[in-house]
Amino acid sequence: MLIHSIFFYFFSVIAIFSSLMVITSRNTVNSVFFLILDFISVGCLFIMVGAEFLGMIILIVYVGAVAVLFLFVVMMLNVAEQKQSWFIGKKSTHIPTGLIVSVLILLELLVVVGGWKYKDNVMSSSTLEYSNISNTHQLGLVMYTDYILYFQMAGIILLLSMIGAILLTFRQRKGVKKQSYFNQISRNPSSSIELKEVETNKGVKIDD
Amino acid sequence: MFEYIQILGQEVYKILFVLVPILVSVAMIVWLDRRVWGLVQKRKGPNVVGPFGLLQTLADALKYIFKEIIIPASANKAVFVLAPIVTMTLALVAWAVIPMSEEFVLADINVGVLYLFAVSSLGVYGIIMGGWASNSKYPFLGAIRSAAQMVSYEVSIGIIIINVLLCVGSLNLKEIVLAQKDLWYVIPLFPMFVIFFISALAETNRPPFDLPEAEAELVAGYQTEYSGMMYAMFWLGEYANILLMCAMGSILFLGGWLPIIDLYPINLIPAPIWMIIKILFLFFLFALIKAIVPRYRYDQLMRLGWKIFLPFSLFYLVLTASFLFYFDKLPKGNF
Repeated sequence: MLIHSIFFYFFSVIAIFSSLMVITSRNTVNSVFFLILDFISVGCLFIMVGAEFLGMIILIVYVGAVAVLFLFVVMMLNVAEQKQSWFIGKKSTHIPTGLIVSVLILLELLVVVGGWKYKDNVMSSSTLEYSNISNTHQLGLVMYTDYILYFQMAGIILLLSMIGAILLTFRQRKGVKKQSYFNQISRNPSSSIELKEVETNKGVKIDD
Repeated sequence: MFEYIQILGQEVYKILFVLVPILVSVAMIVWLDRRVWGLVQKRKGPNVVGPFGLLQTLADALKYIFKEIIIPASANKAVFVLAPIVTMTLALVAWAVIPMSEEFVLADINVGVLYLFAVSSLGVYGIIMGGWASNSKYPFLGAIRSAAQMVSYEVSIGIIIINVLLCVGSLNLKEIVLAQKDLWYVIPLFPMFVIFFISALAETNRPPFDLPEAEAELVAGYQTEYSGMMYAMFWLGEYANILLMCAMGSILFLGGWLPIIDLYPINLIPAPIWMIIKILFLFFLFALIKAIVPRYRYDQLMRLGWKIFLPFSLFYLVLTASFLFYFDKLPKGNF
């Protein structure tokens, strides 16, 4: 167990350190890099407690997709260098906002963890009794039977937000010439080349 | 405590036993790539250093080691140095789960496919970091292009993997190979194999999808500011990734280490040799395609990924699921 706890403290120290660095580092791109490090160490912690599927999904979804988009946005918006420090500064609005959000999160966590105690059948599921099957199987058994409604609802919410984002940024551009692959490939010499007899001093009328 | 050290020593020995052959084969594969490229174009390719020019890559590597590493004055130094290291580490780390035979695998984990997928999706970071830290226009444009390309093609690779997993019923790479004992998945899932192959080309930034380093437009993309050994590390990582994609293709579709037919003279050939033959076959196709296909335009690349591959692989996923369900062939799982 010694090795296990050494690794546990190793990953958790990195996770806490990098999440502190996310909010304190001056360079926004560096913040995103530390956020990625944080995700990775949290994924490793998941793997260490035996939730290998969740750990891998964190790596794939958060590190492989979400954080890439973060990086894109931060690099594109050119907000790389913070002009003023986050903590010192007279008219900083970051601290009150941050405080409100973190107090709210703390309250929510308290309610959730507290509620756990009084509703003890919250985790009861007929399928979780097998303990020797891999946790990917376990998750699949629960997700597609007991929680199918929530699972599908989460999917629909994601789909809606995607459509909403596309709709917000979509604009019809006029006067843009688009390449039609089908027309381009189906052209042949008989329909696109025409031989004209040109009489001297008269020219030729070409129609498009 | 002594036990732990002993276990650690054994693990290090095993890791070296996987890493060293991969690094050597990356060197050989670069030679093969250039040689095939040359032969297709009726040139000879590298044939001077060593027998058949086999030592050409080692000579190149030696040259890179002795060159000066130049870090641009305006670069973000830490990230600039980290980028090639990240690329190469991630390319090598993925090999831990690749089974070369039924016994010969470093880490036989339950979620092997997910691990491979996660590590290959982390590969974007090396490129983005390199492009951004160079603090120069061409590398940045190249990095942005490359990241968009890799993220797009990962989606279709993910759905293709789901296709295979539906037939297997396990995320373990060993189980995936063993499930193909009767029929390699390249036969029932042939369209998926083709799409996987093309997506792998795009995922590893190989021609015809080598837009991030399109020299006519972007000098050398994200590698522009790199020199010496740091450039060589990018390059090593890239080829290790290509080999990894070939290994993934042979595990998912070509039956991994299984022989073509399980008959007497053929099944005497040891399992790792079969695996290597399959990887080399796929790599040969990679090299041929580099020589014979012209580069795609960027909008065509995006169109191919999002408008053709993604809908088609989704359609095929539904088809596979319905087929398995209708004929009652869905894997039951071993629990």
